[in-house]
This record gives sequence, structure tokens and C-alpha cells, in this order.
Amino acid sequence: MIKKILIANRGEIACRVIKTARKMGIKTVAVYSDADRDALHVKMADEAIHIGPPPANQSYIVIDKIMDAIRASGADAVHPGYGFLSERAEFAERLAKEGVAFIGPPASAIEAMGDKITSKKLAAEAGVSTVPGYMGLIADADEAVQISGEIGYPVMIKASAGGGGKGMRIAWNDAEAREGFQSSKNEAANSFGDDRIFIEKFVTQPRHIEIQVLADSHGNTIYLGERECSIQRRNQKVIEEAPSPFLDAATRKAMGEQAVALAKAVNYASAGTVEFIVDGNRNFYFLEMNTRLQVEHPVTELITGIDLVEQMIRVAAGEKLSITQDDVKLNGWAMESRLYAEDPYRNFLPSIGRLTRYRPPQEGKREDGTIVRNDTGVFEGGEISMFYDPMIAKLCTWAPERIDAIDAMADALDRFEVEGIGHNLPFLSAVMDHPRFRTGAITTAFIAEEYPEGFAGVTPAGDALEELVAVAAACNHVSETRATQISGAMDNHRRVIGPNWTIVVEREEFPVAITQNGDGSYTAAAREDADGTALSAPRKVSLGDWKPGTPLIEASIDGRPLAVKVDPTLQGFRLRRRGAEVVLSCLTPRQAMAARLMPEKIPADTSKMLLCPMPGLVVSIAVEEGQTIEAGQTLATVEAMKMENVLKAERKGVVKTIAAKPGDSLAVDEIIMEFE
Amino acid sequence: MQEILQELENRRAAARLAGGTRRIEAQHAKGKLTARERVEIFLDEGSFEEYDMFVTHRCVDFGMQDTSMPGDGVITGWGTVNGRMVYVFSQDFTVFGGSLSETHAQKICKIMDMAMKNGAPVIGLNDSGGARIQEGVASLAGYADVFQRNIMASGVVPQISMIMGPCAGGAVYSPAMTDFIFMVRDTSYMFVTGPDVVKTVTNEVVTAEELGGAKTHTSKSSVADGAFDNDVEALIALRRFIDFLPSSNREKPPVRPFFDDPARIDNSLDTLIPDNPNKPYDMKELIVKIADEGDFFELQENYAGNIVTGFIRIEGQTVGVVANQPMVLAGVLDINSSRKAARFVRFCDCFNIPILTLVDVPGFLPGTSQEYGGVIKHGAKLLFAYGEATVPKVTVITRKAYGGAYDVMSSKHIRGDINYAWPTAEIAVMGAKGATEILYRSELGDPEKIAARTKEYEDRFANPFVAAEKGFIDDVIMPHSTRRRVARALATLRNKQLSNPWKKHDNIPL
Repeated sequence: MIKKILIANRGEIACRVIKTARKMGIKTVAVYSDADRDALHVKMADEAIHIGPPPANQSYIVIDKIMDAIRASGADAVHPGYGFLSERAEFAERLAKEGVAFIGPPASAIEAMGDKITSKKLAAEAGVSTVPGYMGLIADADEAVQISGEIGYPVMIKASAGGGGKGMRIAWNDAEAREGFQSSKNEAANSFGDDRIFIEKFVTQPRHIEIQVLADSHGNTIYLGERECSIQRRNQKVIEEAPSPFLDAATRKAMGEQAVALAKAVNYASAGTVEFIVDGNRNFYFLEMNTRLQVEHPVTELITGIDLVEQMIRVAAGEKLSITQDDVKLNGWAMESRLYAEDPYRNFLPSIGRLTRYRPPQEGKREDGTIVRNDTGVFEGGEISMFYDPMIAKLCTWAPERIDAIDAMADALDRFEVEGIGHNLPFLSAVMDHPRFRTGAITTAFIAEEYPEGFAGVTPAGDALEELVAVAAACNHVSETRATQISGAMDNHRRVIGPNWTIVVEREEFPVAITQNGDGSYTAAAREDADGTALSAPRKVSLGDWKPGTPLIEASIDGRPLAVKVDPTLQGFRLRRRGAEVVLSCLTPRQAMAARLMPEKIPADTSKMLLCPMPGLVVSIAVEEGQTIEAGQTLATVEAMKMENVLKAERKGVVKTIAAKPGDSLAVDEIIMEFE
Repeated sequence: MQEILQELENRRAAARLAGGTRRIEAQHAKGKLTARERVEIFLDEGSFEEYDMFVTHRCVDFGMQDTSMPGDGVITGWGTVNGRMVYVFSQDFTVFGGSLSETHAQKICKIMDMAMKNGAPVIGLNDSGGARIQEGVASLAGYADVFQRNIMASGVVPQISMIMGPCAGGAVYSPAMTDFIFMVRDTSYMFVTGPDVVKTVTNEVVTAEELGGAKTHTSKSSVADGAFDNDVEALIALRRFIDFLPSSNREKPPVRPFFDDPARIDNSLDTLIPDNPNKPYDMKELIVKIADEGDFFELQENYAGNIVTGFIRIEGQTVGVVANQPMVLAGVLDINSSRKAARFVRFCDCFNIPILTLVDVPGFLPGTSQEYGGVIKHGAKLLFAYGEATVPKVTVITRKAYGGAYDVMSSKHIRGDINYAWPTAEIAVMGAKGATEILYRSELGDPEKIAARTKEYEDRFANPFVAAEKGFIDDVIMPHSTRRRVARALATLRNKQLSNPWKKHDNIPL
């Protein structure tokens, strides 16, 4: 058996592997770059070895450095996690040469599946369904129509040299195929000087569904059901679930068996994933095979009860699978949300910095039978650096039914406290409440279709808003009562708090009477003495054991639990839940009357400035003071998270002043230049 | 009898109407509340007791005898803020533009005298066109009477000015001598001479807002300690602010029930100091994590950001915080930051408020602009203020404490009561690089040697232990236990007694 595993990775996946290794009584070795000196995986491992500067290409993916660390630590096996060296055949070969076990598939399998064309060919040979298409050259429109007919409509006609949608047509019948062929050909000739055209099946209502396979080195291969990962933003998976709400048992079996066939064809041994694209009629086509542990593997673990990392380790140690296909039972439903350090209000731009607060929800089985699991590699006081993947955590929930798993996720997200950096938690919450997502009618275009203008936060209305009003009124009662208990007050002339308050959201007034009940809870009811939006019904609010200064309220409204994040503001509170962020002023009736007279403040005009959209380093400034610029012209380049972001002019103008210079580190909204 | 009682009601009604409906509407149209509305919003509901409601001016020139209004442009009296007594005057722009007459001044003086006698803060809500020109020198005399009382009350009762409209000319000097000035954005301005005079004399063209608006005074001149978006927000904030202050120098700062464990451990502080000594971090995170419930009322936020000043509570009791801010100019001390912090330290000392000093200071800012500007004397202000302060003084050095700036920042040597350092502290004459370049000048040509020397210096001096060995640091503490240690230190200092030698007053290098 393996005695010591070196994890050639960082972050949550390194921590994940360490957990299972520890459970199995195996020692662990972490590797770390300068940026990860204080990282969680370093703290968790039995040993840690420094492997170089922060950039991954000088540390985590330098095979020689990993090999040195292996020798130094005496590890007899390596888990590569995902990314980095996980799918580098060369790395697996090097390990084999040194007699170190690679906790992953044979190098030959990595190699075979690593190339898109080879893998497709192998898949087709193994009897795996691939996207039908004709790769040869097409002579004329007649041939195009004939081929299209053979493939079956709709088809996509594409230029070989194409890209960016150019030279691409979708045809639903012969006439469109004929016309599409001609126009694609012309466009391709004009745009790329290469008019070669090919045709493939156009997949409608595409879903991303993948099969988890598990194989040992003794020829046993099984599949552990599927995961649906259709909720993607620009090909980056955001929310995954298992099983898929779309598959029926027959399709699942067919996909599973094809995935197994492919794995066998390449002598696969370890955990692997076969990705398919599935159309609206449950036709499925092979995309690629990932020869490693997937990011989203926890959802499979939650519905199968199988520890995939443990299985990988056992397979690497030469053990036979102890599970047969018949043993695999899919139990309940699991959801995974990827919490990213990406600011949803700024078009998901990366946000780096210090996690001033990081409190994940309680993990484990809850009273209602649902399960919460959080895989993370960060901690409060830790840093999200610009060098690596901006993932903060993978939050998973499990429940017997899909809708309950979704609700459990929404609840868990409400209890997840992350401060100090921008993150996509509000967006994840919003998706959990999205009616289309809840019905399961999703495709890979879900985010693009449902949030075409980006995400601006959830605006609560009706009951959802009234509940926040009631919570704010109760919180206000607690803090105002405390305020009157200050020392030095005039005896017998103390301030008495009245029940009447006006809670103001934006400029909408909710006149509320708040009274404390015998059991310590509060009742918030509409007041009749004032204009405004009346609460539709009195609401009984309990704040649990909340006290001023606590950032999370485990409230209940009319007996229903409700987790709300709260921060005091000058005049009231900022409350956050379910993707909404609402600032509520809590005013006395007199103050509320006066507040009505206050003019609305118009935010400063920033249209004449170029502001830094994210924290980053100025790489270059492309214009000079006094220069006339055109809309779309490059103004500056800012590097953040290893990405160069080109900032372009939104409109025509003249550069008045330039406030930043190359090499400057800028914070969000710092002025780079101003226009006349 | 009924008629006689009714007469009072009639007169009260007339006084309450102040400048009349039309002027009240004009005031509202400007986005401003009336003097009376402001007082009502500011004080606990129903607690305001007005004095001198029926006072009228005595001017008989320029036809003034025909236009007298009860109250004469200022509302005065007392009320409570969360049950604690405060005296308040609120200038009424709807009555003669809030201009200050002899009687207007007398009303203000009356409540100031009461405040001094009875030990309660004076809150001024300023909204005045200036002197009542028709009254001439009598109006000027009125100003001076108020000035004199501002001076006498200074250090006896807290005086706070909320500028809620114009405040120009000689009128500015009354707020200027109060402890704190707050302003309302877009509707208030303060200047000695207005844009018209400026243009005539210096040819500068400037708007009232640019010359003396809230932005100018909170970020450029440091005249104001804070600004708020509108009257309502400003007055609610003022209530919050008063909750931090004792009513007079005869009292300890107020204590409020608190819901935060004084022994709360915060492990995230162990990673607050970045590995790279040249990388900044936000000192405000430490302040907020030390404070009860994360509540920090910052003053002069937009001025001299290299030092942070404001109030927190620990175990429910007010503590003044002074902290170097590595995010701005590496937290260096300069003219502006020294002046800002010195005045804050002196306020705390006047009113028995303990001072918590958080130190990460690389020294004083070099340069001609600093030397020509008199950084010697301005820096000395902060040194002086700390040294003379007799209130409890607790200091935590988080990282750099270099050179003279180390001495200045409430060091043991200037009567710091409890001085802690984090293990990351570097208490030294200067940074390692600078020190080796001076100490080993002859070896400067040899980078290898210099690097070794620098390392040697770092190992020996870039830590808190040299200072701790000498007793200049009482203990080296873990960052995560800072709140607990500071709370315990302050607890030991509750009954601290220390007085300075008798003197008429000191001679701080103004």
C-alpha cells in the first residue's frame, strides 16, 4: 500500500486529497510557491516543500521541481489534482521511471485522450456516439446538400479556418444548406483566404452532461452516473449537479456503457470523466475525456457514497475495484456551486485580496436530513492572489429530491460569509431562485439567455422585501433599545422607544409598528397613521440569538427560518440574502417626514474618466495627454490575475489628463485618465 | 383665565412659524430643513425644551424696528440624546437669514453658560448668513461674546458644530474653536472671505463649493472632521457621535451594554502583516477587529489618510484610536498627519478618553516641502500631545517603528502605559537597508558584503525583542489575541491617576 502521497497541486483540491489520505492513514506532502507559504494545504499536510516563485510555470508545473520534492520527501505516490500537471503524459512517464505511483491513469491513456482529433477517432472506433459530420472537403453546393441530408438537419456549415462566428451558418433544410454553403464559402474566402468548408450536426438545446468512470488496472471499469454542468459562463462551469434532471434511465445506461467502452479502449485505470453534449431529444455526442479528477467530483460522491480520491489511491496501489456496476446506486440529488472571487456586478471581473471574513456554513447533515459539504483551500485572513484560479470554495448540498437540494443550497449560500473581496455568491443565490433553473429546463446557454445584460443583483419585491423590512425593524428595535441604556442618562428622563418607525428602502416608505412579544420575538405590523407602503400582513420576527455586531442573523419569520447577513449603516442596516442586497433606513416618523424633503443625490459623473475596473497592475498606457481618441481605441492595459485586460474608449473624445503610469498598482475605481 | 393661557399658545405658535411659510418652503426647496425641524430630528423625541423663544432684537436702524420676529434667528435650549443632556442652538435661516444679532448671540451665550455650569455638551447647528449688518458693531460684539465662551468651554464640555448652510466671515471662528466640525455636502460652506472678495483681491475665480464646501474642508483644509449627504443623515450621525463622548471633563466616557466578548480571538490577524515588508495592508481591518462589534467612527477620513483617527468602544467604553495607515504613503508621519493626530490626542486627553495607538511607521516624510512647511514643529505637536496626555495610553506596534517616529507614537518613553508589540514588529533606528548603508559606508562598493550586513542587521534589529529586552515593550503579543490584551490593559488602567505639574497652561508648539 501507498505510504506517503505528494500532492502536486494547491488550493481546495490539495486539501481534498489530504483529507482522504489522512482518513486512510497515509502521510501527505504539500508543495507550495512563495505565494502559498501560509496556504491551507500547507498547514494541513504532514510535510510541505517549497518549490519556487508564485507563477505556476516557475513552480507548480515545473516537473523537475516536483520530482525534486518527491525525492526530498520520500513520497511513494503523487496525486496531481486537476489542472497543472494532471494531464501531462510526460509527468506520468517520469514518475513511472522513478518508480513513484501516479494516482491517475496510465500515460498512454492521457496521451490518447489529450488530443482532440485522436480522442474523437478513438471514441468513434469504440462505438461512442460522436457529433456526426463530414470532415473532408466539399466540392459544391449539391454535395453540401447531400451531406447535410445524410447527417440530418439542423446542421452547422463552418469554414475550416473560421472563428468568431465568421463563415458559419446553421441550416435547417436543403435550401438553407445550399445557400449557407455558398455564403460561408464566400465569407471564408474573403475573411481567411481559405474557402474550405465542412459540415457537422448542429446540436440544439445543448446540455453538458458527463459520465464519471472508474477503472482499475485489472480490467474492471464501471460508471458512477452522470453530472450535469450546463450552467456555464463563457465555458467556465459555475453550477453542477448530479444526477442530471434531463436523463432517463435508458439514456444514462447508454451513455455510461459508451463511456466505459471508451475507457476500456485506452486501458484506462483511475477515475476519469467522459464529457458529452446532449441535445433536446436526448441525443448525446462525445466531446472529450478528462483523464483526471474533475473539479465537480463531489456531487458524484454525494449521490453514490463513493470517495473517488480513495478509489484513485487504491487503483494506483494496484488494488482491484471492490465495487461492481451493480453496487452503484444513485441516491438523492446533489448540487455544487463554485464560489469564485469574481465580482458579478462588474461583469465577473476577478477580484483579488484578503479574505477579511470567511465563515462557510456548518458542514454535515442538518436536522432536515440535507447535507452540506464545502471543499475549500482558503481561510479567514488568507489571500486570493492574482496568480491562480480565483476559486474560493465549492459548496455542495445533498437532499433526496432536486428541489430540496436547491433550497438547501440557497440556505447554505445565505449562511456563507465572505468579505474583503468581490465574489459571485449573490449570483449563485439568484440562480438557485431562478424559476427556469428550478424546473431543470437548462442548457449551456442558460446564463447568456437569462442574464444577457449581466447580473445586477436581485431586487426583492412583495413578501421577500416585506420580510427584510420586518427584520430591519426588529434589529433596529434591539439596537435602539441598547442605545438608551448608555451610562450618564438623566435619571427619570430616559429616552423611551416608541413602537412607530418608518423603514425606508430607496425612497419607498414602510410605516411599521414594532412590538416585542412575550417570547422575545417581535411583531411588525402596518401602521395606519402614515402614508407609504403598508405591510400586507403583520409578521412575527424572531432574531434568534442575534445581538448588534453579529454579521449573520438566524431569523425566523412567522416560524419559517431565514438567514440574513446584516451590517449596520449610518441610518439603519444593509441586509443581504438570496442574491439581494438592500439598504434599509430605520427612521422615526419625524425623521422620515424630514427625509422626504431631502433631495436625491446624483452620483458624480464618471463618464469622463477611465476608472480601473479591477485591482491590478498598469502594463501600458496607449495614449497621450491631448490626444484625440476614437470609440473602441485601446487606452490602457491592466494586468490582473495574470490576465491582461485591455481597456478601450467607450466614445470619441480627447484625453485631458493621465493619472496612472505603467507599473502602478491600482485599486478598483482608481482613475487612470480623464477626458475633456 | 383661558384667554391668558391662550395668549401663550398664540405667541408660541407665532414663534414656531419663524420666518413664515414662504421662507420655510424656500429652505426646503434648497434641500435643507428648518432650524426647528433639525432640533426635533436631532434630539430624543419630545425632549427639547426651548429657552428665549420670545426674544426679539433691539435694533432700530434701517427700519429694523418694524420687522422683529420672536426668537431672532436662533433656536436655543436643551434636550437629550439617548437620555443624556445636551445644549443645542440651531440658527434659523428663515429669520433674517439666520444672521447674528446682539440678542441672537446672547441666546447662544446663555445656553453655553448653562452647559459649562451643568456639564453638558454644546451642539451648534450653523446656518447663518453672517453678521446682522443693521446692528453694526453690536453684532460683532455678539460674535466675540460667543468666541470667548467657546474658548472658556474648550476642554470643559465637548463642543460640536454641524455646518448646515452658509458660515462665512467672522462667523467661522466660533465653529473653528469647537472640538469637531461636521458639514452637509452640497448645502453648506465655510470661508473667511467669499468668492466675490477672493476675485476682487486675488483675481482667483472659484465657486463657493470649491472654496469652502464639504469636500474642500474634509479633504484639503482639514477644517471639517466629516461630511454627510443631507440634513437627516447628518443629524442621525451626530447622535451616534455624541454617544461616544463624555458630557464634560468631570466625567468618564460613557459606557454602553456591549455584545462582543472582550477575550474574542481573531486568528485572521495572524496573517494581517504581509510577508513582503514593502507591501501595505489595511490598518482599519485591525481597528475594526479590535473594536466592540466592529464599530468604528472615523474622523477626518479623507484628510492625511496616512494616519487614522476615530472612536471605538472596548467593553462598551469609548476609546480613541490613532493608527498609522500603511495603505497611504506607507503610514509615514508628515505635517498633516501629525497635526491631525495631535489635535485628536488632545481632545481625548481633555475628556478622559483612553487612547489606543497602533503603530506601523517608517519615520517622518523627508523633503523640502516638509521642512519648509515646518515639519519640525508640526511633528512636535504630536509628540507633545502624547507626552502631556495623562489618560490611559495603550500602544501596539504591528510592524515598523523606526527612528524618531517610534518615540512619537505613544512610546514607553513618553509615558505610554502599556506598550505591546507583535512578533512582526521592527523597532529600530531605521530600516535595515538604510542602516547598513550608513554603518558600512566603506563596504558600499561590494553588494555581496552589504547584503550580508543587511541580513545581519535584520536578524539583530528587525524584531521587537531588542526593545523588549530593555523593557520598552511590556510584552510581545500574538496578533490574534490583540483585542483581549488591549481590553485587559485598558481594564487595569480604569483607575489610572497621573497629573502634570501645576502650570498656567503649557506651550505646545502651535
